[in-house]
Parts: sequence; structure tokens; C-alpha cells
Amino acid sequence: MTTPIAVSGLVKTFGRTRALDGLDLEVRAGEVHGFLGPNGAGKSTTIRVLLGLLRKDSGTATLLGGDPWRDGTELHRRVAYVPGDVTLWPNLTGGEVVDLLGRLRGGLDPARRDGLYERFALDPRKKGRAYSKGNRQKVGLVAALASDAELLIFDEPTSGLDPLMEEVFQDCVREERERGRTVLLSSHVLSEVEALCDRVTIVRDGRTVESGTLTELRHLTRTSLDAELAAPPDGIADLPAVHDAHVDGTRLRCQVDTAELGDVLARLTAIGVRTLASRPPTLEELFLRHYGTAEAAR
Amino acid sequence: MSALTGTPALARLALRRDRISLPLWTLVTALVPIGFVSTYEGLYPTAADRLEYARTSGTNPTFLALYGPLYDSGVGGIVAQRAATIPVVLALVTALTVIRHTRVEEEAGRRELLGATVLGRGAALAAALGVTAAASVVAGGVLAAGLVAQGLPAAGSVAFGAQLIAAGLVFAAVAALAAQLTESAAAARGLAIGAVGAAYVVRLAADAGGADSGLSWLGWLSPFGWVQRARPYGDERWWVFALAAAAFAALAWGAAELSARRDLGAGVLPPRLGPATAGRTLRGAFGLAWRLQSRASYGWVAGFAALGLVYGGVVGGVRDLVRDNPELEKVFTRLGGTHGIEDAFFASTMTTLGLIAAAQAVSAALRARAEEAAGRVEPLLATRVGRVRWAAGHLAFAALGPAVSLAVAGVAMGLVHDAGSVPRLTGAALAQLPAVWVVAGAAVALFGLAPRLAAAAWAVVGAAVLITLFGAVLGFAQPVLDVSPFTHVPKLPARPVEWTPLAWLTGAAAVLTAAGLAGLRRRDLDTG
Repeated sequence: MTTPIAVSGLVKTFGRTRALDGLDLEVRAGEVHGFLGPNGAGKSTTIRVLLGLLRKDSGTATLLGGDPWRDGTELHRRVAYVPGDVTLWPNLTGGEVVDLLGRLRGGLDPARRDGLYERFALDPRKKGRAYSKGNRQKVGLVAALASDAELLIFDEPTSGLDPLMEEVFQDCVREERERGRTVLLSSHVLSEVEALCDRVTIVRDGRTVESGTLTELRHLTRTSLDAELAAPPDGIADLPAVHDAHVDGTRLRCQVDTAELGDVLARLTAIGVRTLASRPPTLEELFLRHYGTAEAAR
Repeated sequence: MSALTGTPALARLALRRDRISLPLWTLVTALVPIGFVSTYEGLYPTAADRLEYARTSGTNPTFLALYGPLYDSGVGGIVAQRAATIPVVLALVTALTVIRHTRVEEEAGRRELLGATVLGRGAALAAALGVTAAASVVAGGVLAAGLVAQGLPAAGSVAFGAQLIAAGLVFAAVAALAAQLTESAAAARGLAIGAVGAAYVVRLAADAGGADSGLSWLGWLSPFGWVQRARPYGDERWWVFALAAAAFAALAWGAAELSARRDLGAGVLPPRLGPATAGRTLRGAFGLAWRLQSRASYGWVAGFAALGLVYGGVVGGVRDLVRDNPELEKVFTRLGGTHGIEDAFFASTMTTLGLIAAAQAVSAALRARAEEAAGRVEPLLATRVGRVRWAAGHLAFAALGPAVSLAVAGVAMGLVHDAGSVPRLTGAALAQLPAVWVVAGAAVALFGLAPRLAAAAWAVVGAAVLITLFGAVLGFAQPVLDVSPFTHVPKLPARPVEWTPLAWLTGAAAVLTAAGLAGLRRRDLDTG
């Protein structure tokens, strides 16, 4: 089975702006892949190159084994896409748009479509101009989720959805994964990516800065520890693997390089541990670390 | 806080957004008639020449229908008659500008952003009317000043300028009312353009038979009829402008009342729920284009049918006119009898229809660009639909819509005139198609090769209108006249068919379209 999405060294410029500057992205079959980055990092541009809407300047980008610029139309039979800001025809109803996109893609399942209307609490009889932003987004989501496409591409799909609907969306994505579909989920809602994604690619300024499973990424970062010890933790704060240490009598709170966690724990056990709480880094911390260093580097 | 709080700020915003188009249109409408003065002084240098014009051309049914009555045989009178379409142009400009700054803003949701600031409920409407009123006054003022500077009588020049102002104001108010009625900007635009068109057709029907025809009272039903009946340079009737002022006040008051009562974004005509599933025809790129364009096409076809009926009816007045005027009969005999003058009338009518059909073609072709710019194409092209197939759905309307419109106009004209002439007149109308397609091809080329400049296709239409209708009068050189594709269309039915120019035009249209589609295939999609 081919890799659904393989991008390497992708470059795209708009006039003087270098929107993509050697970006890499690999999405494997059957996974939910998180595509993370701040606004303007190049997520939407990458997706548009992958859909053949924009033409790459250099690098390679393959979609379902084909060239999106050359064979896009044929490949699109197997892809469903929801843009970050769904715009509808003012005089077409939501239901008409869902059916139209389904037919253009080669068919959709009416029973599943009606089920999705119900789950997303969407009235398909309203005209495009009457929908709120969240409801327009739902029209796009229903059209994509009711399709039989093997690859689903979502560009910040939950913007404008309320938390209840975000929950519905997450359930739907999990079901799609179980049915064996591949999902590329571009987002900056970290909790959503953390809840859904098997692997994550983080981009900044048109480049990939990190890619891997969440576990792998966490390994590269720090774990926070909060420990109550038998004696004051002398010398621990000075270890190179320990950061941001706060010592309050016998209580220690600090960040530890995850790779060195074993050694540090051995030192603490030697002192004597009464209570210990450890927490893996949240994606948010991962994210901020990358963008924090970017700020510092400037 | 009054209903008008914030009006000056919104007016400045409107002027900022229209800083190029509004001054341009304002000046064009003022300068074109000023340019006519020296032309007609050159064409008819002596009083005797002008009297001859008044007896012949100035009162022939073609001119009466297209331009209205001639009220004075001086240069001023001739210029005022021949520039009678200029108030119609300004009326379209002010109507579209008002809708652009009211309903379009509301539909796009931008009004909501501003409505949350310190802004009165009536500010948007007042600002739009204020800006267009100011533009009309500037156009009228420049025109009057320019005519006086050319040595024409002051009273007539002021009345001529006032014609422009009155037409601009009345149709700005019509558009203001239309903008309150519908939720969709496109529908409001349709209502306003329809009102301008209806007023023009009513005026045309009123004047075609001359002052003594049974229909001339119709002129009092059309704002264009009113302004013309102010008779610039010919014993001016100033009270007519009070009629226009009253109509403006009533329409603006009505719009303000509606605007004060309705919800933001809502229209007076309520929206309805639509079908939950797509019908059988809504499939594929063509199905969608049909859904998006068919309603506008019906409107165009209805307009062409109405114009055909009117033009066909008008020409019947020729014989009556000739019977009463031996001088005119001589001219007609020279032209090949009344039959000849009828065909000459039809030939010039066909050119006008062709130019209107070019506007239809450009509006259909640019729909593709509008879809792209609004971001509605992205999800479509992410399906099996390719770019060319998507564009072809819209271009079919640009190519075939005008064909249907012209054929309908030709048939309608023939039916009213003389049933036997239906095939001849339909053929003559369809002979305009290659020229229409060249203009449409220019729109496709711009769309494919320079999408951000696609709106310049309207400038192509404007240039074709200027060159074709006014080029000869303004004394343009032949190479300039040749730029307009309509210059090359054989003048059917007055002259025989020539296939060579029609083939060349069709070829040029095909090359332009192919270049545009090739550009579309190669370029990035405009994703905003």
C-alpha cells in the first residue's frame, strides 16, 4: 500500500514571500496525523499543493501515490477535503451542497448523511447565506464524512464549532480511523490533536521542526516532577538534566529531561521518596517550547 | 445617538473604496457630451445645416427611439439629443454604487462589524445616498460648466447638467429601496438594473412615434422621460426637475423607513427554507453552473425579448412619419425607399443588442472568477472536477446565453414588425455573436492569465460601447474604430452577409478563450 501523503523539501513562494521552505510531511495509511503550527506556518498552503490547487516551486509532493498537479482530478475521487473556512453558495441549501459535493466526488451514502445531519444537529434546508460560521463548517464536515474517500483532509475543521460539536467531530474521526481511513488533521487546537492523533508533524515558517508519535516527541522533551522527599534534595537542582527546580524544605518541583528520567529518579530514591507525581509534557508545552525557542533565536 | 450618527465616517469609507471607479465614471459621463460639442459644430457648421439635420435625421424614428426628441436646432439641442443615453449610464452607476455600499456590505457580514460601533441605523443608507448624490452633482456641474465654456447658452447647459443630476439621484434612491427589499445583493442589483431598463424602454416607446404619436404620454411614466422633457436649450421647463426631486425624496424616505424597521441582514421579502436534498439536475460542474446562472439568464432573455418587441414596434412608425414629411421621404428614397430606412434602423439596433449581449457574456464569464475569489471553488476542485470542466460550465453561459438572447430579440422584433421578416431579423441578430464572443474571450483570457485584473473585462465592454456608439461622432481614427469587434460585423439586414469577418472574429474569440483556459490550467488557484 502506498503512503497516502509524502512530501519532502517542498518549496512554494508567493512573490517575495517564502510560504513553504523545504517542508516535509509523511502520513501513513490508516493513521490520524496531526499537522500543527501557528497561523501562517504554511499548513493550508501545503494542503492546497497536495490538492493540486497551487503549483509547487520545488521538492516533491505525492498524494495517494500520484502527482497532485498532474493527476489531481483522478486522485480526488479518493479524497475528501474540508477547508478551514467553508464558504457556501448563498442561494443553495446546505443539503444541496452536501449532495452536490458527494456527487462530484462519485457518490455518498444517504443513510450515513442523514445520520450525520442528526449528530451535528444541522438543518439541511436552510440557504447558504442563512448559516452561521459553525453551521457552514458542519456542511463541509457532513459532505466529507458521508463520502467513501479513503483519505480525509481537514484544515482546522472545528473552528466555529461549539465544544459539544467538537466532541461529535472527534467521535466521527475515531470511527473513520476504525473503518481504516487515513486522516490528515491540520489544527492549532492542541487538545484535539492530543485526543485524536497517532502521529504529529509540527511546522514553523514553512519548515518541519518535529515529526513523530506523541510518545517520541515527549521523549525529546521534559517531564514535570512534584516529589515529597525524606530529606532536603541537596545537589539535585544542579544536575544538568534538571530544570526550573523549586525546592521548599523537603518538597521538590522540577522539569527533567525525559531521556535522563531514570538517573534522576535513582538519585531521588536514594534520598527517599514519600510521594511522587509525574506528568508527561502536554502538547502545549511541546508546542510552546518550539515557538519559544524560535522567539529566543530571533 | 441619532439614526444618522457615523454617516460622515461611512461616507469617507465609501469614497476611499471607490476612489478610482467613482471619479472615473463621474468624469466620463460629464466629459463625453462636452466632447460632442466640437464634433457637431464641425458636422453642422451653419444654421442651415442644423435645420436640415432637424428636419431629417433629428426626427427620424431611429434617433427618436434611441435618443428622444430634438427640442432645438442649435448645436446645444443636437448635443443634448445625441447624449441622451448619458443619464442612463449615470443612473446605472449610482444605482450599482448604492447597492454596493448597502446590501452587498450587509450580505458579506461587514456591516455587522461596523454596526457594533457607534453607528446609527440609517447611517449606511444615508452615506451611500450622500456619496452618489455628490457624484451626480459633480457630474452635472462639470457638464454644465464645460458646455458653457464651449460657448453654449447658460440656461440650456444648466438644464442639461440638471438632467444628469436628476437621473443619478432618482435611480440612486430606486436602488436604495431595492436594497431594503431582498436579502441577496444579486437580487437587489437585478431589481435596480431592471428599473433602469424599464424606464429606458418606456421612454423609448413614448418617443419613437414622434411628439404626436398616441404613446408620447408614456414619457411621463419614466424618469428618463421627465428629464428629457425639461427641454434643454429649447424653452426649458424647470418644473420637471421638481418631479424628479419629489420622486427622489419619496423613494429615499421609503427606503429609510424600511431600513429603520427591519433587522440587520434581513430583507422585507422573507427567506424560505429550501429542499433538504439536491434535485436530479444539480450534479456535476454544468449542473451547478446552471443553478447559479440560469436565473440571471432568464432575466437577460426577458430583457432582450422586451427590447425586441419595442424596436420591432417602433419601426412601424416610419411609414406614418414619412407620409407627413415629404423632405424625409426624399431622404428615404435615396436610401432605397422606406424598406431601406427600416433595414438601416434594424442594423443599428442589432449593434446595440450586440453590445448588450457582450455585457451578458462578460457577466456570465466573470461569474467563474467571482466563485474563485469567494473561495467556493476550492472544495469543488478537491473533487473529481478538473479546472477546465469547472470553468466550462460557466463559459457555456457566456457563449450560449447571448446566442439565446439575440435570437429571442430577433424573433420578437420580427413578430411585431412583420412575421415574414422573422428569419431575416433573427439571422441579423445572431450575426452579432462572433463579436460578442470576442469580448467574452477577452474576459476568459484575463481570468486565466491575470485573474486579479479580470474585472477589466468590463472596461473592454465599456471601450466597445464607446468606440461603437460614439467613436464615429467623436471623430476616432479608423484604426481605433477597428479595435472594437463590432466594427467588423456586417450591417445586417441593410447590407449583405460577409462571412470572412465573421470567421475571423470567431477565430479570434477561440484563440482568446484557449489562451485563457491554458492560463487557468497552469496558474495557482487564487486562495485569497
